[in-house]
Amino acid sequence: MIAALRNVGAVTLFFLRVLGACVPALARPGLIVRQVYNSGARSLIIIMLCGLVVGMIMGLAFADMLARFGSESALGVAAGLALLKELGPVLTALLFAGRAGTSLASEIGLMRATDQLTAMQVMAVDPMRHVIAPRFLGGVIAMPLLVAIFNILGIFGTQLVGVQLMGVDAGTFWSQMQNQVDLADVGEGIVKSVVFGVVCTLMAVYQGFHAVPTAEGVGLATTRTVISSSVLVLLFDYMLTAAFL
Amino acid sequence: MDVRNARYSVGSRRIFDGLDLTVARGSITAVMGPSGTGKTTLLRLLTGQVRPEAGTVTVLGQDVVALRRPELFALRRRMGVLFQHGALLTDLDVFENVAFPVRENTRLPEPVLRRLVLMKLEAVGLRGAEKLMPQELSGGMARRVALARAIVMDPEILIYDEPFVGLDPISMGIVVRLIKRLNDALGITSIVVSHDVAEVGSIADYSYLLAGGRAVAGGTTAELNASAEPAVRQFMQGSAEGPVSFHYPAADYHQALLDGADLAGALR
Repeated sequence: MIAALRNVGAVTLFFLRVLGACVPALARPGLIVRQVYNSGARSLIIIMLCGLVVGMIMGLAFADMLARFGSESALGVAAGLALLKELGPVLTALLFAGRAGTSLASEIGLMRATDQLTAMQVMAVDPMRHVIAPRFLGGVIAMPLLVAIFNILGIFGTQLVGVQLMGVDAGTFWSQMQNQVDLADVGEGIVKSVVFGVVCTLMAVYQGFHAVPTAEGVGLATTRTVISSSVLVLLFDYMLTAAFL
Repeated sequence: MDVRNARYSVGSRRIFDGLDLTVARGSITAVMGPSGTGKTTLLRLLTGQVRPEAGTVTVLGQDVVALRRPELFALRRRMGVLFQHGALLTDLDVFENVAFPVRENTRLPEPVLRRLVLMKLEAVGLRGAEKLMPQELSGGMARRVALARAIVMDPEILIYDEPFVGLDPISMGIVVRLIKRLNDALGITSIVVSHDVAEVGSIADYSYLLAGGRAVAGGTTAELNASAEPAVRQFMQGSAEGPVSFHYPAADYHQALLDGADLAGALR
């Protein structure tokens, strides 16, 4: 219990240090753009593929379930709400933790193991400013963009299967979605995606920065990144969903 | 540089216990000693990465222990460190690695920066390698790029952490000559941490031998070679017998072999 509290305290203090380093890091937008590319663009294929497949599964499952109640016309709104409010942000965050989070943690862990972070300190360069803050900001910027792409592909996948394969009326599908999904639902998804972006990227840079400088230590840091990010994303999702009710 | 009565521990293990050491301005000072005697930790003390539990560390007239972060960073800009394996930034090419401290700490115009970096790369013989990535360099080349990076800010003090480890004889000879040449040409104060007695002894003006958490001997290479002190003789001659034990403390060897499972039974 005490160890858990100590960990929470350590992560919180680290988060404050990262926030402090973000302000000067903003003066070097090139570094941040590079990290948006590393975290975001390199996760794009897996996010697009998973978004499409999740949408297709929803098209099948929801069309079948709703047909039992004679409510196939609600397919568009059901898929839209599920994706925008829950599945999009949560699944993207879990995929992000597995793809970009592990990559960040191992990269920073290896930088520590090979003395690159120490070398920066000795060269009077703060690694928090040069390494951690740009990666943190890059991840936080990339996540909402990835969620948006996941949602678009998800809705396309639902439409593809629900409308084209299962025979739900296309006009009903789109008009129901347009009528029932409002800006607040989109806003909830955006807030969640930003929070999950902070959580996943913070866990990755924290674990990498504190990795024991050995092969085993770096491996452990990547494992911990995935586990802690996944658990925290689900916990925060519950709290945010409750807050938005 | 001056270290007085420094005490430092990692966990329950005491690394330094009353370490005294002085480095004269403009000299090459070697810090030698068996593995695990805290040679690398001494570098971390000198650069303010760790603070001693007791004692003082004075670098360029400033008490490192008492410095605040901005002052410490200002002091570090006057120092260069060559790390054991170079510690080059793996996402930057050779040119950008050498340019890194200048870009981060100054606002030199790009044309000036370019000339400065090329001059430093020329000094280590690697101007033609400016576009290579660290992964494409041999161990010796990486060490020389790291040396160019360490001198790019024209430091007053240059610290070398095990600069000869893992180098072939040609690369080792080049690095030895580079250290000597930089010291002579630029008047840099150099501290070479190493256990390569022959190489470091050939260029050092003064050498310290660390053992048991303190400097047990100090002098020129000739003085250390002539020392009658058993620990100094053992280290300088590379002997397994002497006060510095080769074996980690353990129970009686023969007893350990006889104890345990029935060996004859296991072999049957």
